[in-house]
Amino acid sequence: MTDATLTQTGREPRSAGALIGRRLLRWGLYALLCLFALYYLLPLFVMLTTSLKSLEEIRTGSLVALPREVTFDAWGKAWSGACTGIQCEGLRPFFWNSVMMAVPGVLLSTLIGALNGYIFAQWRFRGANLFFAFLLFGCFIPFQVVLLPMARMLGIFGLAGTIPGLIFVHTIYGLGFTTLFFRNYYVTIPHELVRAAKIDGAGFFRIFWSIFLPLSLPIAVVTIIWQFTQIWNDFLFGVSFSSAGSQPITVALNNIVNSTTGVKEYNVDMAAAIIAGLPTLFVYIVAGKYFIRGLTAGSVKG
Amino acid sequence: MAPILDIKHLYKNYGSTEILKDINVTIEKGDFLVLVGPSGCGKSTLLNCIAGLEEITSGSIEIDGRDMTHVSPKDRDIAMVFQSYALYPTMSVAKNITFGMKVRGISQEEQDRKLAAVAKQLQIEQLLKRRPGQLSGGQRQRVAMGRALVRDPALFLFDEPLSNLDAKLRVEMRSEIKKLHHRLGASMVYVTHDQIEAMTLATKIVVMKGGVIQQIGTPSEIYNHPANTFVADFMGSPPMNLIPARAHSEGNGTKLEIDREGLEPIFLDVPRKDLPGDVVVGVRPEDLAEAGYRSGDTVQRAAIRVDMVEPAGADTFVTTHMGGKMITARLHAETVAHPGEMLDLEFDLEKVTFFEPTSGQRI
Ligand SMILES: Nc1ncnc2c1ncn2[C@@H]1O[C@H](COP(=O)(O)OP(=O)(O)OP(=O)(O)O)[C@@H](O)[C@H]1O
Ligand SMILES: [Mg+2]
Repeated sequence: MTDATLTQTGREPRSAGALIGRRLLRWGLYALLCLFALYYLLPLFVMLTTSLKSLEEIRTGSLVALPREVTFDAWGKAWSGACTGIQCEGLRPFFWNSVMMAVPGVLLSTLIGALNGYIFAQWRFRGANLFFAFLLFGCFIPFQVVLLPMARMLGIFGLAGTIPGLIFVHTIYGLGFTTLFFRNYYVTIPHELVRAAKIDGAGFFRIFWSIFLPLSLPIAVVTIIWQFTQIWNDFLFGVSFSSAGSQPITVALNNIVNSTTGVKEYNVDMAAAIIAGLPTLFVYIVAGKYFIRGLTAGSVKG
Repeated sequence: MAPILDIKHLYKNYGSTEILKDINVTIEKGDFLVLVGPSGCGKSTLLNCIAGLEEITSGSIEIDGRDMTHVSPKDRDIAMVFQSYALYPTMSVAKNITFGMKVRGISQEEQDRKLAAVAKQLQIEQLLKRRPGQLSGGQRQRVAMGRALVRDPALFLFDEPLSNLDAKLRVEMRSEIKKLHHRLGASMVYVTHDQIEAMTLATKIVVMKGGVIQQIGTPSEIYNHPANTFVADFMGSPPMNLIPARAHSEGNGTKLEIDREGLEPIFLDVPRKDLPGDVVVGVRPEDLAEAGYRSGDTVQRAAIRVDMVEPAGADTFVTTHMGGKMITARLHAETVAHPGEMLDLEFDLEKVTFFEPTSGQRI
């Protein structure tokens, strides 16, 4: 009898305590997550609101306040009127420079990476492991190290200071990762597929084109997002290997922010920064669900 | 007429490991050759060598009278069905079947005609638009067969095509493959590690172990006259009983003495004079019968102690111990036997095979 009451009274508060504890933990977790989300989103919020304010309002108002009067003047100026040094055409020409650099760069490095990955995964050759190790090393090479030799190479090829030169550099330095992505995807595909196709009479490229490429959508999306983000956001190569007419948008953004003639136009700077970041955001929104799927998906059931 | 497949002194190494050693195999047109052996014995490797998917280290391969040793797979006039079916995942069933013809530049009308014929033959007409991912295992198997059939090759190669199917479907497809073989009169090489598949399908069986051919023969030769204890043990289910015994010369025959634990030895008289002192007696479970079911001079009776009784529907399996080994007898379903009791069995010595104990070779 005493035993029973003891255990009962002993258990009840404990279970209630556990319940409260669990609830507290849950709320604590949410609070923490919200804090982090805020931490990440606050700068974006400030950028967005500032870009929609007039200079007058920025000077008088608070940093985190919503704009009293929404104006897109700063966006217009950032796009086509802001000065990047002596030239005052805004970001527009540089935006197109970046597009012309990023699109071919992404496509080339992805396609070549797919071909490389196909070879590493399905056509093992003597020394394949050594080659692959070198390629992986290429993923982690610090880019500062290659600046001077690359500048010399581009000079020799006659590509110095041109957009094709930038495409070349980005393609080369993207190959490590693109190859790795495709190789890891293709090793999950049974070798018997290649064997069957060989017996069917298909050759190396035919098998790649008709059988492997159509399988590659998920990993291609991952690679494209990755490469696009890398190339679009790159500053180091852009600033090192471009000339006045071929600068990518990241370099132009830097120039807008740093060219101090008169008052500092925070609203224009913020609008320019958002414009420079929009394409990567766009790519994530369009292809993001494939990105997640591609990262987790692997094997192909035959 | 030249044989369809003629393999001479084939060796295959991976690095310094010998995988296949001195393989010699010949098959005639219309033969159904089954390669059988335990896992890892090199069956798939041999098949891939025949297909040209693996370079051979030395030796020669002729297909339909032409030297194919260094010819690429697409020019060997073969078709192959893989264990995983290896269907192209992004292509429809129809495209899977016609891919080979498309690659070879065969006209669209011809492709359509052949596709229709094969689809009809395999009853997969209603599946042609589907992707491989939308098919059941058995249907995939059919499509893989279809892809091979449209080639109409000199030689078909099958690498364990049924091993991914459930038991019932496997039996069904097995008889279908057999029918197909009869209808087409095609020549086939078929890999399996299922000895029942080997027995039922083959006109000729090659038993392999560790990259070495143990025996080549018709199913009945392999079953009734195994070349060594490995083949005897591998083929047949339950396998052949291999009973160690001592042979004593006696008159114009030999007396075999088989030890038993806790019981008198069994003595059997064999009308042979060529047996060594120690010998392994190979008896199929079905050649051990209940007393009274067999007759003839070669049948001898012995009482055994029953260890276990396993009714299996059509048969009842009775096990006992002899010569330190567990021995199985396949008896009639209505046999009455109880563990621990004695039971009279008859040995059909006509059907017994003798092996040398150390080398395992048949005497
Ligand atoms: N690429 C390779 N490199 C080295 N050894 C290999 C290679 N491929 C196969 N082997 C070895 O060759 C031997 C024979 O392999 P194989 O695939 O022919 O066996 P198998 O008889 O088909 O077996 P299973 O019934 O399991 O399919 C195995 O021991 C295997 O480890
Ligand atoms: Mg195999």
